[in-house]
Amino acid sequence: MKNIMTLADAVALNVHDGDTVAMEGFTHLIPFAAGHEIIRQQRRDLRLVRMTPDVIYDQLIGAGCARELVFSWGGNPGVGSLHRFREAVDLAYPRSLELDEHSHAGMSVRYSAGASGLPFGTLRGYVGTDLTKYTDNVRRITCPFTGESLAAVSALNPDVGVIHAQQADRHGNVGFWGILGVQKEAILASRRSIVTVEEVVDEFDPSVRVVLPHWVVSAVAVVPRGAHPSYAHGYYDRDNAYYRAWDEISRDRDVFSQWIQTHIMNTSDFSEHLAMVEPTLAEV
Amino acid sequence: MTAETVDASATSDYTADELMTIVAARELNNGDVVFVGIGIPSTAANLARQTHAPDVVLIYESGTIDTKPTKTPLSIGDGELAETALAVVSVPEIFAYWLQPGRIDVGFLGAAQLDRHGNLNTTVIGDYEHPKVRLPGAGGAPEIALASKRTMLVLRQSARSFVDKLDYVTTVGHHEGNGSRATLGRAGNGPAIVITDIGVLRPDPVTDELTLVSLHPGRTIEEATAATGWPLKIADDLEETTPPTLTEIEALRRVSAR
Repeated sequence: MKNIMTLADAVALNVHDGDTVAMEGFTHLIPFAAGHEIIRQQRRDLRLVRMTPDVIYDQLIGAGCARELVFSWGGNPGVGSLHRFREAVDLAYPRSLELDEHSHAGMSVRYSAGASGLPFGTLRGYVGTDLTKYTDNVRRITCPFTGESLAAVSALNPDVGVIHAQQADRHGNVGFWGILGVQKEAILASRRSIVTVEEVVDEFDPSVRVVLPHWVVSAVAVVPRGAHPSYAHGYYDRDNAYYRAWDEISRDRDVFSQWIQTHIMNTSDFSEHLAMVEPTLAEV
Repeated sequence: MTAETVDASATSDYTADELMTIVAARELNNGDVVFVGIGIPSTAANLARQTHAPDVVLIYESGTIDTKPTKTPLSIGDGELAETALAVVSVPEIFAYWLQPGRIDVGFLGAAQLDRHGNLNTTVIGDYEHPKVRLPGAGGAPEIALASKRTMLVLRQSARSFVDKLDYVTTVGHHEGNGSRATLGRAGNGPAIVITDIGVLRPDPVTDELTLVSLHPGRTIEEATAATGWPLKIADDLEETTPPTLTEIEALRRVSAR
């Protein structure tokens, strides 16, 4: 119970300028509300980590929160490019963005090593690719038992891990289901963590597949529809129209800035933004 | 398909993407375990499952194993993939336990650029530090192409996509050719087929160089050569791709409809 608080307090307490922040959710349960709150509190110089930086990181990058991106696939799924990400890479606007680029398998091993408290993880990967030319976080290692040459990837241990889940119970334990992504590893790899949830329940739904005990979660905040425009299995579907509309909003600097001002800076929380994008959501 | 009559009569009423999808679907065998990328690979795999290969096993990198969506998903993480899956596992598990040990028969990928040995670029056009076009990056492709027993590639063929030298090697295919892939360590056999909007290419058994083995109906060798950034090798027994049947087209439109 002690870890249940408002999202504004959770971000104020746990996310600091210069932090390494991992926000996970693999197309499902993407913590958009938490991303908005980090923009609202104007955090700067963040090293942002995410396997699939999609629209949520396009917003953070465009709003000037990030100095570095650690990732494996950056795009607007099913739509196209991330225009704020591309402008940061191509034109250093609104500021330069360093890249530490990997494969999905490599990123997932980096998180798993971090969650395991190990300095690195191994995989059979990264061979014959230029990925290794532009990162210091992949080396070759020889298996001490078989002599096989393997990739070693350095552990990821973010300062803060941020995810969205369907449910917390009254003790602040967190439960989620559906596509599971790399959320469990991201939270266990991180020094501090924030979990937004759809609701607090007396008993977890039997669908729950992953439980994170309250003593590994720094803060739980109740934010209904907090993963919108991504989806929460059992609660609401993906808002595909929002992803398509984002292409137009993010294409132009001024349109984007106005959107951030209206939807994030001029709102006090995520529910006000939701009421704007779809008035009917307010009734949910 | 059992109760339906199969209309095997050829049709010319199809788009280039539909033809690529149908040709790709035909390459999947019933029972193949397929690691599926989004786009044409996903549509083709679902088409195969709903036509000649009902027991094909579809695996998406979002961790859904043996999923049976009724419609082709928009993204690799659609809810229907989880709802219709035999099992849903985490992303670390799908790569470490299911892909890496060699349990996957077919890795099925698209790309922005490809070279004559089936190596792929999905990262940048131009210089890495100052790219002309920044692309999404690697995703699951490097290890999918490494560990799958064979790889199928689908992309449109043009002088911009079929290049002499990749701007960036994201994903290795047959490496530098002539069996050099084998020097990369334990891995599957690499690209077995490339399906384009013009024809079908397969690697030469000795040099691994992609060779045009089939032209789609109405396409010419000249078109294929012009759309290739290296001197394209043509198979001696060049075939014409069997056109889509009405049954195939109808099934494809059914799985793609939204």
